[in-house]
Amino acid sequence: MEIVHVYVRRRGDFGRQSHFSDRPAELLVDIGPDPPLADGFIHRDPRDVATQSAQEMSEHQVNTERFESESRGINHVEGGWPKDVNPQEMEQTIRFRKKVEKDENYVTSVLQLGSVMENCIKQNNATDIYQDYSEDEEAADEVQEPPAAKTVNVFRDPNEVKRTVTGLSWHPDGNRKLAGAYSCLEFQKASKDMSFDSYIWDIENPNRPELTLKPVSPLVCLEYNPKDCHTLAGGCYNGQIAFWDTRRGSQPVELSSVEQSHRDPVYKLIWMQSKTGTDAFSASTDGQVLWWDMRRLSEPTERLVLDLSREGSLDAALGASALEFEATMPTKFMVGTEQGLVLSCNRKAKSPAEKIVCTFDGHHGPVYALQRNPFFPKNFLTVGDWTARIWSEDIKESSIMWTRYQTSYLMDACWSPVRPAVFFTVKMDGVLDVWDVLFKQNEPTLSIKVCDEGLYSLRLQESGRLLACGSRLGGASLLELGPSLSTLQRNEKSLVAAMFERETKREKILEARQRELRLKERSRSEQSREDDGAKEADGQEDPEELIARAEADFFSAIDAEIKRRQKEEDKHRVGGVICKTFPRGLFSLVEEEEEEEEEEEERAFQFEKVLKTQQCCCFYFCHFFS
Amino acid sequence: MAEVEETLKRIQSQKGVQGIIIVNSEGIPIKTTMDNSSTVQYVGLIHQLVMKARSTLRDLDPQNDLTFLRIRSKKNEIMIAPDKDYFLIVIQNPSD
Repeated sequence: MEIVHVYVRRRGDFGRQSHFSDRPAELLVDIGPDPPLADGFIHRDPRDVATQSAQEMSEHQVNTERFESESRGINHVEGGWPKDVNPQEMEQTIRFRKKVEKDENYVTSVLQLGSVMENCIKQNNATDIYQDYSEDEEAADEVQEPPAAKTVNVFRDPNEVKRTVTGLSWHPDGNRKLAGAYSCLEFQKASKDMSFDSYIWDIENPNRPELTLKPVSPLVCLEYNPKDCHTLAGGCYNGQIAFWDTRRGSQPVELSSVEQSHRDPVYKLIWMQSKTGTDAFSASTDGQVLWWDMRRLSEPTERLVLDLSREGSLDAALGASALEFEATMPTKFMVGTEQGLVLSCNRKAKSPAEKIVCTFDGHHGPVYALQRNPFFPKNFLTVGDWTARIWSEDIKESSIMWTRYQTSYLMDACWSPVRPAVFFTVKMDGVLDVWDVLFKQNEPTLSIKVCDEGLYSLRLQESGRLLACGSRLGGASLLELGPSLSTLQRNEKSLVAAMFERETKREKILEARQRELRLKERSRSEQSREDDGAKEADGQEDPEELIARAEADFFSAIDAEIKRRQKEEDKHRVGGVICKTFPRGLFSLVEEEEEEEEEEEERAFQFEKVLKTQQCCCFYFCHFFS
Repeated sequence: MAEVEETLKRIQSQKGVQGIIIVNSEGIPIKTTMDNSSTVQYVGLIHQLVMKARSTLRDLDPQNDLTFLRIRSKKNEIMIAPDKDYFLIVIQNPSD
């Protein structure tokens, strides 16, 4: 006999198809009516039941495939001539024309049409029949519309692999074109087939970019030359600077040499005011700010290392992530760093050590945007970590105004070019915030969710009405702002000036106070150190001692106050005793029957004063009355 | 014949008139005061426009018909008086 072990396993475990078989229906639960339970319910008759007989509708959304349209023009050539007339032959055409002119029909038509036409011509000459009569009324219309903005267009990245729009720049004249720099800033997330191209878009045509720029490495920032609208400069991911001329095609006209350029992506590039119109400077997280002349990009004209210890060592340098330059102050510029500091620098300083003039410390994270207010250049806006801060150049300790900590990271900000009180910020959750400091200070006046992914860059057109913002997946959205956000309000400049002044003063006072306190602390601790030499350094007191000291101070202050009050009371009481010896006749006409002690004391006190000056008179009166 | 000339001269002498074209129903310019290339351009385009305007009105209301067409642009005004067989086009620059 064999010893056999049998075990059963499901067919499915062996990878075999399961066998299905039919099974008759099984009754699982049968709940019959239970008469005793019915007693708990009341029979109701009649009942109102609402029914509706309506046509059933369902809603569907259909999105058609986008069709591409192109505008074309037609050039006309002569045609319509009858077969026997050759349009090229002058004689034949003239003959034909003469024939038509003899036609009876022609004459009557022309006469009749002529009179009609004359009427209209004279009408036109008499007055402007298309004059806008309602123009005057508009000025009186002071209805404040709520601030609004709407998306006009979205320019999508035509490539398969989407890249972030990291930089935007409007065309300097006419503002019909928008240049976008596309790159992937996430560390090592750039895939191999990511294209390097950046595009210039015509805002009327979102389907196709007007011009493609082909750099050697993706562009992180791109700027039009404000002096020459055909040239652009861009900073690349690998640190090089490239210069394009749109008339010369997609390839850069010049490219800076790799050895002399930055070692990290160029985060910001700004054109400078210069006679030649070809100077620009760039900043990058490798800690350098380089000045370039576009005609000779082989090496920078000047170099500055952002080292706070002023030694010029790259290792200790702070990485720059934002740059600011105001044409009205050509020698000064500001750099926002990755460490959260904003450095104010002077280009024309005599030695490199003096180039960095002062620092403003306010952010916990990299400063991503930095811009001076176009109307008040002393105040500038910075954005970094989760707040936006407004600073005044005079106050170095802290910002004068700041927003609350927002729920997501702020990536870029910019002032409105037409309204000094308005600025815009974009966040990582795809929301564009419009802040109007004259309207509401603790929250944005308007928050618009532009797209689902994060927004990385923002630029306003000079007219102040159009705004472009770039997202992580390569979509640049064009928004149009409502008139209340893009026209200067009455008294706005003076109100904003007053507000900035007020805040600056407040900060100054706070700063002064802080300094005083610190001085006092220092002097007190120095004194106490002199008194008993074995004291530890300032601020090292035990909490217990602090409490004891506070208590002692408190009680002594109270004691002093009590003593003072006592002294005053005694003084009054003494006065009152003196008074009582004199008849109260002088006062009796005015006094009430029952008066309180205090009143008497007060009057007595006054009386004492009078007494001292006019003693005789009083005596006389007293005699008289008594 | 003479009346036609007189009418056209009168129109031409009005203030701001830049050009006059008389076109027949086939699109051939019969009389024009402008140069050939502009005439041909105007005629070709306006002819189509008038046909379209007329057909639009007739589609909306078969009893209706186009009596006058005025196109006001930034630079000037183009006035078209259509008839059964011919139309008269005048380009005027309103002097304000």
